[in-house]
Amino acid sequence: MSAFFSSPSVDAALVASTIVAALSAAIGYFVVLRGLTFAGHAVTDIGLTGGAGALLVGLDPLFGLLAFSVGAAAAIGVFGERARERDLATGLVLSLALGVGALFLHLQTTFANAQTSLLFGSVFDADPALLRVVAILAALALAALAIMYRPLLFASVAPDAARSAGVPIRSVGYAFLLIMAVAVAETAQIVGVLISTALLVGPAATAIALVRDPLRGVALAMLIAIVEAWVSIALSFASFGWSAGAHSWPVSFFVAAIALVVYVGASAFRDGTAS
Amino acid sequence: MSSPAVSFENVAFDRAQRHILNRVSFEIESGEFIGIIGGNGAGKSTLLELIIGTLVPTSGRIRVFGEPPHSARGSIGYVPQRIELDPDLPLRARDFVGLGFDGAHFGLPLPNANRKAKVEEALADVGALALADQPAGRLSGGEQQRLAIAQAIVGRPKLVLLDEPLANLDLRSSTEIAALVARLGRERGMTVLLVAHDVNPLLRVMDRVLYLAGGRAALGKVDEIINEDTLSRLYDQPVDVLRVRGRVVVVAGDETHQ
Repeated sequence: MSAFFSSPSVDAALVASTIVAALSAAIGYFVVLRGLTFAGHAVTDIGLTGGAGALLVGLDPLFGLLAFSVGAAAAIGVFGERARERDLATGLVLSLALGVGALFLHLQTTFANAQTSLLFGSVFDADPALLRVVAILAALALAALAIMYRPLLFASVAPDAARSAGVPIRSVGYAFLLIMAVAVAETAQIVGVLISTALLVGPAATAIALVRDPLRGVALAMLIAIVEAWVSIALSFASFGWSAGAHSWPVSFFVAAIALVVYVGASAFRDGTAS
Repeated sequence: MSSPAVSFENVAFDRAQRHILNRVSFEIESGEFIGIIGGNGAGKSTLLELIIGTLVPTSGRIRVFGEPPHSARGSIGYVPQRIELDPDLPLRARDFVGLGFDGAHFGLPLPNANRKAKVEEALADVGALALADQPAGRLSGGEQQRLAIAQAIVGRPKLVLLDEPLANLDLRSSTEIAALVARLGRERGMTVLLVAHDVNPLLRVMDRVLYLAGGRAALGKVDEIINEDTLSRLYDQPVDVLRVRGRVVVVAGDETHQ
């Protein structure tokens, strides 16, 4: 245990995962409420293409992830007025982007390691300089969410009433997609593109199943996400030697598995108490 | 003399080359309860959206308490059509109603005694105070309708617009909701415009009826409007008004309204 807390890479991992878990869960609460899970996952996958492109030209993948995620969210916001159209537009853009991403990863042959961490995360080797960027962006995204919290909630649960009360529901929805893009790009950078959706919607859906009070729900989602991330890191650290070969199990595996188990448990609990 | 609650002067509204409203003029006085009646596509919901200012007339002038609609927004409460909340919506009834109090403001909702009192007062006014801490999405259609009304009145509007609040309710619930809205209008001094396709639940409670057909409108007491002469002129074709067991049925061409 003392080895766990004295390791600098564990410290960095705890800091990085706390930031992205809190951010993901808070944004994820509204992703679930607005039925945007698919769009959220698609934005992450499109971000992958950006990350792979950034690697190809020798930049840090975070910047590619950010650029492509925000671009994808903007496109989804413009083309996807209605839910049906949004899913269609999202699906088509997603396929194209993944194809291009596969091409970039294929062309980029020098950093096989970087590819793996793009897909599956690199919690233990977050660069401190990058961590500062991640922290600043997360703080800005959370501040933006706090500012638009009430109009966003109103627009999400009662759009017609919100519109008549003067809430610009389209602009609010658009602004939210952009904030979501920043959150998923950052989360993808830390826990990997393929798993970040688990952190985005898992703790949020759990909190929604447990608490019927939106502000407490957001706080609970953030707490659940942070605890899940820490437990995942501890389990990954402890897993060294669980299987053949001298390596630990990936943090991302534990994040995804725990998010699912906790959510299934919470919804079973809700269904048990609701009847 | 104060200005009327709502005035339309030669208002026209076209959509897809069709005259939804064709040079409609009327004045609604402050404190009146008006039932807006008409068939499908008669422009009832359009009329409400013009008053809120989410639609803009093709021509003509609309005033709400003497102001253009967008300036009067703060004094209007609106209950939209078809309220069907997701059963898993993570809001209690009080959270849902609270959105009508300060949902358009920026920032996080801080604990606020005034807000809590106003929300509970609105819940009590619609007879739903006992439901305050219930999950809003798990309530019945009639209960959700009450919450939507509470959400619309919690900000103390001077004018409340309700779009088909009686649709999908059985006769007893719709009579109850109509009576409830009428009482709220009197007690809170609000002008009420309630859209319905069935005039019957409103017969006892409304002050005047605004009847829409063929892009035109007729406003007056129930007996002045719901008769064969007036409606035949409005529809521009022979209309029968039948009174069956205390209920009114309007038969206009191939349209029938109860």
